[in-house]
Amino acid sequence: MTTLSVSLTVNGKKVSADVEPRTLLVQLLRENLHLTGTHVGCDTSQCGACTVHVNGDSVKSCTILAAQADGADVRTIEGLAQAGVLHAVQEAFREHHGLQCGFCTPGMVMSSADLLVKNPNPSEHEIRTWLEGNICRCTGYHNIVKAVQHAAQTLRQTAQAAE
Amino acid sequence: MKDGALPLASTPPVPTVGTSQPHDAACRHVRGTAPYIDDLPEPAGLLHAAIGLSRHAHGRLKALDLAKVLAFPGVIAVLSAADIPGENNVGPVVKDDPILAESLIEFHGQALFAVAADTLHAARRAARLEVAEVEPLPAILTIGDAMAVESFILKPERMARGDAATAIAGAAHRLSGTLEMGGQDHFYLEGQISLAIPTEEGGVLVYCSTQHPSEVQHLVAHALGIPDALVTVEVRRLGGGFGGKETQAAQFAALAALFALKTGRPVKLRLDRDDDMVMTGKRHDFRVRYQVGFDAEGRIEGLAVELAARCGYSADLSGAINDRAMFHIDNCYYLPHVAVDSYRLKTNTVSNTAFRGFGGPQGMLAIEAVLDDIARVRGLDPLAVRRANLYGPGRDVTPYGQTVDDGIGPRLIARLAESADYAARRAAIARFNAQNRFVKRGLALTPVKFGISFTTTFLNQAGALIHVYTDGSVQVNHGGIEMGQGLYQKIRQVVADCFGIGLNRILATATTTGKVPNTSATAASSGADMNGKAAEAAALTIRGRLAAFAAQKYGVPEAAVCFVGGQVQAGEARVGFADLVRAAYLARVSLSATGFYATPKIHFDRATFSGRPFLYYAYGAAVAEVEVDCLTGENRLLRADILHDCGTSLNPALDKGQIEGGFIQGMGWLTMEELVWDAQGRLRTHAPSTYKIPVCRDVPEAFTVTLWDEPNREDTIHHSKAVGEPPLMLANAVFFALRDAVAATAPLPGPLPGGPVPLDAPATPERVLTAIMTLSGTA
Repeated sequence: MTTLSVSLTVNGKKVSADVEPRTLLVQLLRENLHLTGTHVGCDTSQCGACTVHVNGDSVKSCTILAAQADGADVRTIEGLAQAGVLHAVQEAFREHHGLQCGFCTPGMVMSSADLLVKNPNPSEHEIRTWLEGNICRCTGYHNIVKAVQHAAQTLRQTAQAAE
Repeated sequence: MKDGALPLASTPPVPTVGTSQPHDAACRHVRGTAPYIDDLPEPAGLLHAAIGLSRHAHGRLKALDLAKVLAFPGVIAVLSAADIPGENNVGPVVKDDPILAESLIEFHGQALFAVAADTLHAARRAARLEVAEVEPLPAILTIGDAMAVESFILKPERMARGDAATAIAGAAHRLSGTLEMGGQDHFYLEGQISLAIPTEEGGVLVYCSTQHPSEVQHLVAHALGIPDALVTVEVRRLGGGFGGKETQAAQFAALAALFALKTGRPVKLRLDRDDDMVMTGKRHDFRVRYQVGFDAEGRIEGLAVELAARCGYSADLSGAINDRAMFHIDNCYYLPHVAVDSYRLKTNTVSNTAFRGFGGPQGMLAIEAVLDDIARVRGLDPLAVRRANLYGPGRDVTPYGQTVDDGIGPRLIARLAESADYAARRAAIARFNAQNRFVKRGLALTPVKFGISFTTTFLNQAGALIHVYTDGSVQVNHGGIEMGQGLYQKIRQVVADCFGIGLNRILATATTTGKVPNTSATAASSGADMNGKAAEAAALTIRGRLAAFAAQKYGVPEAAVCFVGGQVQAGEARVGFADLVRAAYLARVSLSATGFYATPKIHFDRATFSGRPFLYYAYGAAVAEVEVDCLTGENRLLRADILHDCGTSLNPALDKGQIEGGFIQGMGWLTMEELVWDAQGRLRTHAPSTYKIPVCRDVPEAFTVTLWDEPNREDTIHHSKAVGEPPLMLANAVFFALRDAVAATAPLPGPLPGGPVPLDAPATPERVLTAIMTLSGTA
């Protein structure tokens, strides 16, 4: 069996692995690196449960090959909290009940965190449009949107305080 | 908060029942550290399993070339029906669900064989090999096909009161009509999965994503031909269930367990999403036909309804599901003379199963359609017709003989109509529609009355087990399953308040048949009602022992001992909870107890279809406003206002979450989720690419949910009410708002001359457009 050697940075740590060419990034994360917070929901790049950041962009990790992430800087849900402190998006999802069964949550959180980097002050419509690629079957999205709005506010306040 | 810690609070704990608390694992879910079965560390030597599916809807299985499968690289073992040492069946009620097909294939996607391999990839590829020799047989696929040849999986049932035919014939107005409604895929985000690990003495431990671990335990034991006691099933959490993991998980648990014992190795079986959608049962699709007689105000005098449901190839839970459809044919309305005939149809399709509401939504949609049709042909506001038919004094007995005298329905509807400004918006929409030719708006208010209790009376029992440790920390275990609804948190709240200690001192441990046996499914919205009471009973037993000990130690009557703020007060004495526990331990007081609960008052006689099947009713109502593009049928929900009855809520945040989520899931069922089977009986919508689930943008920005603040008059846990299923049916308002918008396309206002709005569910843009073209005369 042919294998490829891939090297990348995951949650700030340099890692490398020998993988089959067909290995998906999500498989590398879950099976080789045991980062199982990134979930597989639909197997076909639609539900968004497997969303991670690749070089700062949110990407469905079942939609790219591990080989394509060679040399990339990847962040998963496990790497979002810094020094044990929850990211504002994580804190907002917890506090504002933006989850029920929790299976979609890591992908939702990663996707939302990317949105707030690119658009720190999104309208409700922009939030709803951005999250269209992440399916939640439990919440009806109401509290997810509220959580993102609260996180946006927190991040803006933090940014202002830092200025 | 740090994961997994049970820290002592720095401030005295306060009671939490009735307060909004985040989900018990919220802080772990947002970190990705709340493991589902597929996330558990994999045991050494793990094998992955996959299933070979039928490519025919009906046929005789002549041969299976399993040697070819076994020869596939990486394959370690294969299974066919003949290899099952015990019973080849996972039927929950009737024994008609083979784990693997024997000689008869009864639906496209039925499991024929299974394979275990070193890797998931190898297992799935081997399972795709063409190895079955099949002689095809003609298939019965649709409700119409099955009704035509009286293909019944269970015998028809009838619920009747008075003389419907005479009442209809004698009424001032008569109408007959039909309604078709589609099924629904559960689309739990975490698919079906089981991990089986062989244990000593030929037993097995199964981690299974199921709402019903006890049943999975029993069915796995039967399949293996071993006693129940040798099988343990453990479930910490589900990534969504919605009814789809009540009976459906057993087949996959059994296959994983069979492989585990056959190979002596741990085996994981996780279905691919497409296979999951093809193989597992869905909400039943229904065809409704009715005749109704009514007076000038639209008040029903007689109603005859035929409910025909596609059950699929086996009985599964179809009996109870169709019973519940019958029980909910009244919704909030008095039906003086009524006859309901229920047909449970056998078809060569996947066996339909429980889905949030469990037949209730189908029955309720039927009566709401009848009332909408009456309103349309009479030119009345549908809300006026609904109100004219409500239960009230002298009109308060259901067709099955239970009295509806709580009076909540009419009061709740009145309050919502006022708070949502129904009358003014009705007028504004009429103006809007008069001014807009290609865009029409619609408005509807629909109520929900949902019966709470399993209608199979013996299922209404639950157990719990509580351990208090010598440092005062507590473990609680119960038979309920955490599937996102927040059950574990509600149970923690109940137990913490019993002991007067902080929530953070209570650990809710994974549900397992090894701790609390013989449990019922977490279904019928019963999770918190039943397990809450059982956990409270266990906590009160231990608290009683501690109180007796403290009374003796401090020389006060037991009644003078109270547990509050992390302390135990015994007369003048105050001692920390943990200190009292430690002292009790040294005095040899038991700090562990079981609790048990059996729902009181309920009874039902199936022979006469009468009794009191429900302890109480949960109510709600919704107002929905929609906008329809008359040229394309595309539509969207503009605003939703909901008022919902949770009794005295145990946790308002969690309950509101259930209401919001249930409403949107119901909206999906009624407006966009369309299951399509082709003429060969193949499901063509087996992934979210072709099966449209509501996404973030389908939900209106104007969406308010208010709780009806009135304690449950029954002695439920803290006088709360069940909330899992009832909100799904709030979405009926969206469907009838769409009909309202379609009605506005008629050439003239007032009664529709051609009959009711011809719109079935799901009201996809295609169906909405067809209805508009029919009604507006442009077809």
